Amino acid sequence: MSFTAIFFFVAIVGLTLVITWWASKRTSSASDFYTAGGGLTGWQNGLAIAGDYLSAASFLGIAGAVALFGFDGFFFSIGYLVAYLVVLYIVAEPLRNLGKFTLADMITARFNNAKVRGTAALSTITIVLFYMIAQLVGAGALIQLLLGIDYWIAVLIVGFMMTTYVLFGGMTATSWVQIIKACLLMLGTVIISFLVLKEFGFSISTMFKEMTTATDSGAAYLNPGLKYTDGLDTISMLIALVLGTAGLPHILMRFFTVKDAQTARSSVIWATWIVGIFYVLTIFLGFGAAAFVGKEDIIAANAAGNMAAPLLAEALGGDILFSFVCAVAFATILAVVAGLVLSGASALSHDIYGQIIKKGKITEKEQVLAARIGSITIAVISILLALGAQTLNVAFLVSLAFCIAGSANLPVIIYTIYWKRFNTAGAVTAMLTGLISALVLVAISPNVWNPVEGKAIFVGEPLIMLTNPALISVPLGFLGGFIGTLLSKESDESKYREVDVKANTGISVQDVSH
Amino acid sequence: MANNQAKKGVVIDYDAIANQESFKALVRRKNSFLWSITAIFLLAYMMLPILTSYTEILHQKAFGEITWVWIYSAGLFIMTWGLCHLYVAKANSFDKEAKAIIAEYENGGGRL
Repeated sequence: MSFTAIFFFVAIVGLTLVITWWASKRTSSASDFYTAGGGLTGWQNGLAIAGDYLSAASFLGIAGAVALFGFDGFFFSIGYLVAYLVVLYIVAEPLRNLGKFTLADMITARFNNAKVRGTAALSTITIVLFYMIAQLVGAGALIQLLLGIDYWIAVLIVGFMMTTYVLFGGMTATSWVQIIKACLLMLGTVIISFLVLKEFGFSISTMFKEMTTATDSGAAYLNPGLKYTDGLDTISMLIALVLGTAGLPHILMRFFTVKDAQTARSSVIWATWIVGIFYVLTIFLGFGAAAFVGKEDIIAANAAGNMAAPLLAEALGGDILFSFVCAVAFATILAVVAGLVLSGASALSHDIYGQIIKKGKITEKEQVLAARIGSITIAVISILLALGAQTLNVAFLVSLAFCIAGSANLPVIIYTIYWKRFNTAGAVTAMLTGLISALVLVAISPNVWNPVEGKAIFVGEPLIMLTNPALISVPLGFLGGFIGTLLSKESDESKYREVDVKANTGISVQDVSH
Repeated sequence: MANNQAKKGVVIDYDAIANQESFKALVRRKNSFLWSITAIFLLAYMMLPILTSYTEILHQKAFGEITWVWIYSAGLFIMTWGLCHLYVAKANSFDKEAKAIIAEYENGGGRL
């Protein structure tokens, strides 16, 4: 490892620790801890959303997928970006108007019931854990590769850092880590894209022309079909991307960190532009890596293609750019896992301990303490699982997280806001049907079963051919909620009218008492 | 929520607001706007894998070596940015109506 690499890593770690120390002095209430006191401005929250959104899977994963599979890799960029519209049009504002810290808060604004809250918290924790393990295993492998240290040390470093941010600085520190990371990531991506374009004489059409001969796939590289050959599987994956994102707890939590709906909207504009521009640039990262690094070298460094972007940086910008990009990748992982710990901790401490076990009778001091204990619990569990999962192919965990988010969380969010007849029985059945069907369908999918040894966890024929079963599990989640609602006679229209008025007007006592 | 209402002894009569014609009209227009746009962008999005999986239309060259699938994808990006701004503009105008609805409720003797 070179001196410049050490310099960039130490600079990033140092900077984030200073922020955490500064944020820790401002974190005294539960609201500070979970939502930074709702005090972020539009552009700050917009950058933080982008920081949460652009995970290592986006940066390293998509660049690698485009490099290896051409257009098929770009499906992810399109899916994640359009997903933003689902969040914006259907979920964000009602969630904000009804909720406090968590998804369960929002659902229980209509159904004040321990079973509903418990099930929502359960689905949140399940998603967070699966997503976390995938991120941590990826992080471990990456840092192992970059710094040449053992996997378990790498996981412990990331785990220790993320716990420090969350534990001492709460959402304020986590948000600022995400903001810094978003800026660094954009800077790195723009620099690499510029260098790639320069190689092609600043001509997009030259770039496309040269890409038809740059890889061994020929002109097929520029069209879909290199990786995804099964139509239904492609469709299913794109459904998971677009609907799953709107149910991811750590993304939803970011809408509570601003003071009002208008600020939330301005943050969304910032985030949509940043995220969109980033995803456009993934084309240059991927094409550049395919042309100037080459498939063999990309696969030799990491079979999944995760090293494509750092290797491209090295090829075009030498040691300094390589070190910078590696440090940015490290910051990316830290920011995303810190956000995940917070959303997992909020479900565990606020929903399960604070609202279900203590029935809301909990002092501010106890809430903050519970939030910290919850963070440590989530962090320790995920680190232990990640240490055990080193040799596991974890790609299925991400598809599982997206599937559960789209199948268990999205139906219940939509029914809660838009369906008058919906009731507690429907809410519980919607979440359980989505959760269980996603788990079962992934368990019998080609991610888990493959006839070729070493390709999946078990050797054998999968029962379904969909690598991402959202095509089946999302409709099942909606159907489960529908049937569950109709089977129960209970309904409370006056409570729905209250939710409807709050969701549509944003009215609350705080707003109008002055 | 109950604990909000307990604060300062304020009770909002949500049923009264929900029964105002102005509120019903806002919700109707808002929902038809949100859901019709959602249907449009989800359709435009889902047409991409359907077209690429079952037809060869998007595999043809559009400009130089750039095939139609890239043009279609670029369209989805532009659509996302455009609809994001449309949403914010619309939501700001809905906000004004919501304020008017609350004012109407207060003037009608409703307590906040």
